[in-house]
Amino acid sequence: MLYMLVVYLGSLFALLINSFFYLDGFTGKIVHQFTLKTYAELLQSSNMQIILRTVVMAGAVTIADALIAFPLAYYMAKHASPKLKTWLYIAVTLPLWSSYLVRVYAWKLILAKEGILSWFVNLLGLDGALNWLLHLPGIGGSSLSLSPIGMFIVFTYIWLPYMILPIQTALERVPRSFLEASGDLGAKPPATFRFITLPLSFPGVVAGSIFTFSLTLGDFIVPLSLGNSRFFIGQAVYSHQGTSGNIPLAAAFTVGPVVIMIIYLLIARKFGAFDAL
Amino acid sequence: MNNNSAVTFEGVCRYFGDVRAVDNVDLRVQDGEFFSMLGPSGSGKTTCLRMIAGFDRPTAGRILLFDQDVSQLPPYERDVNTVFQDYALFPHMTVGENIAYGLMIRKVPKPERQRSVEEMLELVRLPNMALRKPSQLSGGQRQRVALARALINHPKVLLLDEPLGALDLKLRQQMQIELKTIQKRVGITFIYVTHDQEEALTMSDRIAVFNQGKIEQIGTPTDIYEHPATLFAAGFVGVSNLIRGELAERITGSQQPFSIRPEKIRLVPLAEIPGPNTFSTTGSVQDVIYLGIFTRYLVELDGGGDLVVAQQNLETTSMDMLSAKGQRIKLIWSCDHIRHLEA
Repeated sequence: MLYMLVVYLGSLFALLINSFFYLDGFTGKIVHQFTLKTYAELLQSSNMQIILRTVVMAGAVTIADALIAFPLAYYMAKHASPKLKTWLYIAVTLPLWSSYLVRVYAWKLILAKEGILSWFVNLLGLDGALNWLLHLPGIGGSSLSLSPIGMFIVFTYIWLPYMILPIQTALERVPRSFLEASGDLGAKPPATFRFITLPLSFPGVVAGSIFTFSLTLGDFIVPLSLGNSRFFIGQAVYSHQGTSGNIPLAAAFTVGPVVIMIIYLLIARKFGAFDAL
Repeated sequence: MNNNSAVTFEGVCRYFGDVRAVDNVDLRVQDGEFFSMLGPSGSGKTTCLRMIAGFDRPTAGRILLFDQDVSQLPPYERDVNTVFQDYALFPHMTVGENIAYGLMIRKVPKPERQRSVEEMLELVRLPNMALRKPSQLSGGQRQRVALARALINHPKVLLLDEPLGALDLKLRQQMQIELKTIQKRVGITFIYVTHDQEEALTMSDRIAVFNQGKIEQIGTPTDIYEHPATLFAAGFVGVSNLIRGELAERITGSQQPFSIRPEKIRLVPLAEIPGPNTFSTTGSVQDVIYLGIFTRYLVELDGGGDLVVAQQNLETTSMDMLSAKGQRIKLIWSCDHIRHLEA
């Protein structure tokens, strides 16, 4: 056990230490002295924009996944026969067995200007709507496969299983007698959902959101494949530690999501996401 | 005709594929009575209760609530409320919010709700508990909250599904008395499901004995105990001796099966002459079980078979009782106390 702790915490610590160093612009070497200059650089508006952009994307993906996953999870938990439920489980987790990169690229093809979605939109005569969408400032782009909108679609798809499963588990843990009691006391099904099912399964939504939020925050494949020059945290880290060798700044960028997730987890704990443990 | 039957079952059946959970049940529960449905697990009593509440629909037959056919109505349209076996208290709400749930659903204004909640808390003897969470309560307290939550809606009938099962003996006995008191005070019909025959005998005005989806007998506790109509009823309610065949013939002269309650048999010395209008037989005491208030003897009869005898420990001590083991004695009981049974 100890070696796991050492390796895990040790690597995090190495990362943290690096963020307190500083890259000398003239020599191109890393100065191994404790300094806050790198963090000052992080707090510059261009870098903060990157972080903000990523956080907004993570939030949007989380909300979208919650809205899509809940009905699916509800059907699986409450209405599917045991046999159908098994098949649905397989259907939900099967994509996770395949290569993540392959799936991202598949979506890139689907969303491309010459791709099947474009063709379909053309068929429906909605070209104008798609163009308008792509011209929206900040989130549009030259095509769906090279825009934040496209990234949003792919993120939502990729993390969906991680949202479905915790919600489904939470819903299954709501005892049938609670729902019967609610009906017995005069509540019609929508009221039972609002007062009993939803509040009691909400911790599952929060648990799923931890996945979608953190995974979006730290991801770099999707921004790399479908993004543009407007960087997300993943691309920033990649570029800083790669070409410019600015390890301290890369590290500082990485510490950002770590801090954000710590705060998120503390809030999630308040919402009861960890009660089942 | 003044028909104040609170709940009526007419030919009610509930089949799950080939399994006949409820098989052609007829019954009438009088308004204001404490009616128990007693039977072993799987006898159909809980299924019947769930059909009255609306959580299950009968496969055939009708269920009437005060002459209204409710067989197909969903639970939220029936004027009945249920106290569940696991209480089903909503963990994310306070005790007060739990109790007020039914009123909240019906959009009763807050001040009125609060007043009703306080009234109910008084009734179930849990004052000042409104702000606690269910997880902070003991089993007995939760049970009372569940009761309050059901009663606050003033239902026409209250259904209770083995509500005391999870409580220890002393608490259970105390709650039995409290439930009975509340029922008398509130005056509504209580339909109570249990497998504990002592509980049914203590609390009920009338009992329906269930077995394998059918009702074996309906009657007052005394009726069922002293005059069981069937072999099952005699065996299930109270401990009883069931005598049939050759043994019956030896004792009574006929092979018709009969039952005799253990406390109705006297153990006397072999030499004693049985009086008129009695049956008697002889045997040796095989086992003695001391139970505080009374002692139970297992007597092996000469010529086969055995009888269970229960005697109150009026003048004797446990040492005396235990020394009876192995003794040869005579058993005498009054002819009036045997109950002839259909097989």
